[in-house]
Amino acid sequence: MGLRTPLFSEHERLGARLVPFGGWEMPLHYGSQLDEHHAVRRGAGMFDVSHMRPLDIEGPDAAAFLRHLLANDVAKLQAPGKALYSCMLNQEGGVVDDLIVYARGAGRYRIVVNAATADKDVAWMQAQRGSFEVGIRRRDDLAMIAIQGPEARARTEPLLPPEVREPAMMLQPFFAADGQGWFVGRTGYSGEDGFEIILPGEETAGLWRALHAAGVRPCGLGARDTLRLEAGMNLYGQDMDETVGPLESGLEWTIAWEPAERGFVGREALVRLRDDPRRREFVGLLLSGRGILRSHQQVSVAGVPMGQTTSGGFSPTLGRSIALARVVRGLGTNCEVDIRGKLVPARVVEPPFVRHGRARVQL
Amino acid sequence: MSEVPAELRYTKTHEWVRDNGDGTLTVGITDHAQEALGDIVFVETPEAGRQVDAEETCAVVESVKAASDIYAPLGGEILEANAALTDTPDAINTSPYEEGWIFRLAPGDPDALEGLLDAAAYEQIAEDEA
Repeated sequence: MGLRTPLFSEHERLGARLVPFGGWEMPLHYGSQLDEHHAVRRGAGMFDVSHMRPLDIEGPDAAAFLRHLLANDVAKLQAPGKALYSCMLNQEGGVVDDLIVYARGAGRYRIVVNAATADKDVAWMQAQRGSFEVGIRRRDDLAMIAIQGPEARARTEPLLPPEVREPAMMLQPFFAADGQGWFVGRTGYSGEDGFEIILPGEETAGLWRALHAAGVRPCGLGARDTLRLEAGMNLYGQDMDETVGPLESGLEWTIAWEPAERGFVGREALVRLRDDPRRREFVGLLLSGRGILRSHQQVSVAGVPMGQTTSGGFSPTLGRSIALARVVRGLGTNCEVDIRGKLVPARVVEPPFVRHGRARVQL
Repeated sequence: MSEVPAELRYTKTHEWVRDNGDGTLTVGITDHAQEALGDIVFVETPEAGRQVDAEETCAVVESVKAASDIYAPLGGEILEANAALTDTPDAINTSPYEEGWIFRLAPGDPDALEGLLDAAAYEQIAEDEA
């Protein structure tokens, strides 16, 4: 049996199909994954993401430590509450984890890392700490609900504590506000507007029930995966891992090359790969023929293997199958994917496939 | 608890089989199977005229979660596939025993039907998995 979030009994009460995920027992869906997906694209859905782990990084050297630890540069976080997506790399340029870091002012940062990697991440951070004067604190006392969709913020607003309500509603995308022990970020993993709220574990069920009563639909990990895939967002362990870094995972935009003198972990390996003509690229695929793309299917052109899908599935918004794939550079616009022994034609497209409820690729 | 109609026959691999009384059989997947698969988004059906052996893969049902092989419950000839599943694969979710049928089969040995599971035996299998 896996770990349980403070919302476990809520999931049971709602009839969720529970599955093991990253050491936790989490809802896959509450009846229909497709309906949950559409609820987020058209209205508002909520996800229990309490398995993800907030870490508070605080101390006089916190900024210097994170500038050493992360491929993206927290020096970009000048405005208070600003958030940054980054990879944390190993020396070989592979990804230890991907994460979001929020600046909270005066040497205080909050990081949110993946569930399955949390223990490994903390050990890695401790090992990189060296002489930096910084504390790394796991916040196992906190839980997290993501509310996503065009109506997500409006439905959440009346349920926020008074102290944080106005600042939260004023937030620009990719900023967060603090108040009364709640941490509200205008961030997410769905390609829609919304909030991710980190709050004390014991207050989580109350918020969940109030959101449900306000018409926000409970959504499971299944919808979370199809939403992020349509939004062209990577999943750690599937689209990139310790052996495949950001340059080959469509995450070059998250590497802060400048200033050149910032020697973050993994930088040398990235520089070598950046100039390597054999470096693979990360593309989107839209299936033209019939079938469903899945991960680990071979991509070829005229019978020549060109790479592999890393994530694939059915796109409920497009009504077609889509995938992310790592392929040799210059693949062209058409290819074939080996689906269970059959070669099915697909078109190479640039992710995202869907943003803010709308198709972003030509069907 | 999922529905297991008493008048049908079943396989261990979660197909149901209806004896149409005219020497033909209709085949689909059970309520228990569709529930376990989740929302079904694509069905690959067999071509009419194809000869299949018992337990041979002859269709694929893909849900939002995974692809599943569908096996021929008995050997014989495929007579027809449910063309409506191309546009409405979710009929398997909403009506697994009626609109969600997958193919019709003319069995080589009609008596072999008796060798398949009855509702009570299948119910036990479905329960053990739940």
